[in-house]
Amino acid sequence: MTDLVTDLSAAGRAPRRSPLLRVRNLSVTFPQRSGPPVNAVRGISYDVHEGEFLGIVGESGSGKSVSSLALMGLLPSSAQISGSIDFDGHKLLDMNDRQLSGLRGRDISMIFQDPLSALTPVYTVGDQIAEALLLHDAALTKQAARSRAVELLKVVGIPAPERRAKAFPHEFSGGMRQRAMIAMSIANDPKLIVADEPTTALDVTIQAQILEVLEKAKELTGAAVVLITHDLGVVAGHADRIAVMYAGKLVENGSTADVFSEPHMPYSIGLLRSVPNMQTAGTQRLVPLEGRPPSLTALPPGCPFAARCPIAVDVCREVEPLLASHGTFVSGMTVPVAVVGEEDTTSAHLSACHRSTEIASGALTRADIFPRPEPLDVQHPARPEDRTPVLTVTNLKRHFPLTNGGLFSRRIGTVRAVDGVSFSIQPGQTLGLVGESGCGKSTTILEILEMTAPQAGQILIDGTDIARASRAERLRLRKDVQIVFQDPMAAIDPRLPIGEVIGEPLTVHGVGRADRRARVQELLDLVGLDPQMADRYPHEFSGGQRQRIGIARALATNPRLVVLDEPVSALDVSIQAGVINLLEDLKEQLGLSYLFVAHDLAIVRQIADTVAVMYLGRIVEYGPVAEVFAHPRHPYTQALISAAPIPDPEIERSRTRVLLEGDLPSPTEEITGCNFRTRCPLYRLLDPAAQSLCATIDPPLVAHDGVDAACHHVDRNQIIDSALAFTP
Amino acid sequence: MSIVEGASATLIAGPEPEPTTVVLARKPLSRGRLIWNRLAHTPRFWIGAVAMALIVIWAVFGPLLYPVDAFSRDPLNMGMGPTQLHWFGTNNIGQDIYAQTLIGLQKSLVIGLIAGPLGTLIAAVVGSVAGYVGGLVDGVLVWLINLLLVLPSFILLVILSPLFEDLSWVFLTVFLAGFSWMIMAQVVRSQTRSLRNRDFVKAARFMGVPMPTILARHIIPNVASLLIIDATLGVVAMIMAETSLSYFGFGIRAPDVSLGTLLSEGTAAAVTRPWLFVFPAGVLIATLFAVSLIGDALRDAVDPTSGVNRD
Ligand SMILES: Nc1ncnc2c1ncn2[C@@H]1O[C@H](COP(=O)(O)OP(=O)(O)OP(=O)(O)O)[C@@H](O)[C@H]1O
Ligand code: SF4
Ligand code: SF4
Ligand SMILES: [Mg+2]
Repeated sequence: MTDLVTDLSAAGRAPRRSPLLRVRNLSVTFPQRSGPPVNAVRGISYDVHEGEFLGIVGESGSGKSVSSLALMGLLPSSAQISGSIDFDGHKLLDMNDRQLSGLRGRDISMIFQDPLSALTPVYTVGDQIAEALLLHDAALTKQAARSRAVELLKVVGIPAPERRAKAFPHEFSGGMRQRAMIAMSIANDPKLIVADEPTTALDVTIQAQILEVLEKAKELTGAAVVLITHDLGVVAGHADRIAVMYAGKLVENGSTADVFSEPHMPYSIGLLRSVPNMQTAGTQRLVPLEGRPPSLTALPPGCPFAARCPIAVDVCREVEPLLASHGTFVSGMTVPVAVVGEEDTTSAHLSACHRSTEIASGALTRADIFPRPEPLDVQHPARPEDRTPVLTVTNLKRHFPLTNGGLFSRRIGTVRAVDGVSFSIQPGQTLGLVGESGCGKSTTILEILEMTAPQAGQILIDGTDIARASRAERLRLRKDVQIVFQDPMAAIDPRLPIGEVIGEPLTVHGVGRADRRARVQELLDLVGLDPQMADRYPHEFSGGQRQRIGIARALATNPRLVVLDEPVSALDVSIQAGVINLLEDLKEQLGLSYLFVAHDLAIVRQIADTVAVMYLGRIVEYGPVAEVFAHPRHPYTQALISAAPIPDPEIERSRTRVLLEGDLPSPTEEITGCNFRTRCPLYRLLDPAAQSLCATIDPPLVAHDGVDAACHHVDRNQIIDSALAFTP
Repeated sequence: MSIVEGASATLIAGPEPEPTTVVLARKPLSRGRLIWNRLAHTPRFWIGAVAMALIVIWAVFGPLLYPVDAFSRDPLNMGMGPTQLHWFGTNNIGQDIYAQTLIGLQKSLVIGLIAGPLGTLIAAVVGSVAGYVGGLVDGVLVWLINLLLVLPSFILLVILSPLFEDLSWVFLTVFLAGFSWMIMAQVVRSQTRSLRNRDFVKAARFMGVPMPTILARHIIPNVASLLIIDATLGVVAMIMAETSLSYFGFGIRAPDVSLGTLLSEGTAAAVTRPWLFVFPAGVLIATLFAVSLIGDALRDAVDPTSGVNRD
């Protein structure tokens, strides 16, 4: 074994000093008051070196958070922890809470998904950062701490840091809070920053900014970073190494390039295959990873992935594979086993699978493990303009009065949630509606679905104006338009058996009990669930299955248009693909039209025919998907597309990014001229004459070779790219 | 025993357990069954339920098995203590206290069992309509709730009492219910306002499900546990309200009897002839105690974070 180890490090980079963080056989178990305990983390080992960026990826419940909370000593006291964690000469698991809190915030700092819960609401942001500084450095004066806090806020890109330092956390937007958290986490020059899903709650444009700031913080402090995420795209561009977790175990650990290009473990292969990639989206079908992770309370013996693994063999169901190196080393000799023990894992490519050696050597080709994706009909049918659109929205407006919440509330402004939106959907077509949160997507679809007369503008469903429809007509229209919600847990009444949930729309239209039951069975079958399950309750289903129930309910009345409000964003990546495929099939089979609201551009590219990009209550670009993605006209679309992470390290590292500055302005703000002016990357590069056009005249939506865009300077948008080329 | 523990553990893990943590091989329990399982393993509930059942059976069948009529006078045994003939003794005009206690118990139970749930029903309807419809309707209903809350109902009843002198006890029941629903209506209203924006309610609205159906199918069942507790504890409150009103002479009046009127007649003699007071009072306390036990156990079963089940 020992000479294997020497080989192992010789094969990689030069031997290094001992790692900054060495986790060995870490296990965390939560005893339950009754029943078997939850084995949340089951013996994981990894190393992090100084200045290294490790990405830990895995589905929800795989133990990512629990394992990193264990590092910080932040697990509830009921948790039983075993194994060892060495950090910079300290044995973390042997330290008491007081010793640990000395380390926390100074040598190790943590960034959480929800920064609001980590910031104290009653102190100003500046004071909290100063506090963090003073806590670990007694020599610092209050004055110095405060000015250092302002400096840190500046480093993380908060505009007007002196003023912002005096603001309270709730006055910050989500992105700014996360910046403030990063500022606080680097305040004491930590050696290790642990970030648990720091960008999951944020929009892509803000996510790109935050990742950039994190990278900058890492460079400034030289700290190592452990980034936990479920999004492969996020780690592709930033991480040096990637560790894949599944059911409480590390199943693969290797350099980013290795894991993405030559994964050794079927789960990683399937995961990579199931993610829609913005580059290839729309050209081939996604390959779903069927099934769901095993219960952590009653794990079957053998490999935890066996039930979902297409190449499982008998031994997989009996013996759990260990994390080991299966690569080819010196002189092409295949080294099958080098189980992680005391040695350094840094340069190795490790995986936990009985058949990794076959995969690594190429005897088992990756493409054959999962079924090959079938190519999609790339040619999106041309818009058949002659037919009546299923939905036509013309100049729709929805303004909310903003009052000061006093006794005699006075109107102090207007929120222009939707401010003149027009689009139409042809039968059998899918319109993708994209934009940052708060841009008015949800208000737009609610206006359509409420079916009351809009404040301004017109909504036609199948040519019928809903403002003028009679009660009976409206009920008939409701049959034609159905919705699938984002959160499958919230969209289904937990108290009704799913058969009744799915049949509910039919009760409205007077369908009898027996017919309803038959239809429910048919629908369950249609969405890929067992018709026998009609009597079960929602909590017995997984997220992906519940979303299928939601889809079945939407289809019950044979609608013509289904509004999909972020239908997969609450689902794990491995499950998303299955739901997307189902939606594509249903559209084909039933001739449905979709209004697909999403913030994930790759998914929109995959499923939509036409895309409308919304910004501050307006549509700024509107046209065929392929054309918009290939040649975005509007600077905002350019920025959105370039902010979306691509799960491919090569592309991700080589492409240039159009980063947007700042957050979405508040919709009450009165911006003269183009409302994107405050963040427009093109505006800043223009000459004053062109700028004044943006500042004074609101650009209308004008056709540019088949794509509508609302920008005065569409013809000059290449200068963004050339400007980026100069400043790498 | 294992069932109840399993049940509470699942609920603590969250009302909608994560599929990763709880994968049940057997058919999982619906919420109703969960609550029932937990109730069934609460001794308090059984004590209350058995006691209540016995009290009701006693009130219904007791008079049939007792030879003495409640209102006939026994001139030979006036103001007597308990004897073989008159189990609880007699009052000073020779009426049998045992028979009267049973009749009074019947009346008090009927009033409590009707007025408690009736108040809850009003609360459910008013609260859910106000919360769901919003706007002007909500404004008017909230105004009504606040008005009734500030009106001193006891004094109002005292003032009105001459008016319904000759109206029956039914009126008293309705009156009691009419003044007992406001707090619960506020609770239901605020719950409804948050439920209204939940996706499953929106989904129903977008399907075109009419408002009353949405309230009955999606809103009320989601506050049902609160309503059940309220109705049960409402029974206690209503019996107490009725007895105290009657005690002061504003509720049930002679010749009708309720536990309240019996008590008021008995108080004066509480020291000299204790049986006039002690027996009706004991029956009242036993009844209230039994219903309270049930209500208390229900509350703990529905909301495991309250009371003894707190983790
Ligand atoms: N305090 C606790 N008591 C019992 N079980 C717990 C506790 N905390 C976490 N678990 C369980 O441990 C498992 C791993 O949870 P963990 O939070 O690490 O998942 P994760 O990979 O971070 O998922 P996500 O992507 O959803 O954040 C889950 O099954 C979870 O239910
Ligand atoms: S060990 Fe077996 S079941 Fe597990 S991933 Fe490898 S081949 Fe599949
Ligand atoms: S009109 Fe001007 S500010 Fe608006 S998007 Fe175009 S270049 Fe930018
Ligand atoms: Mg987590």
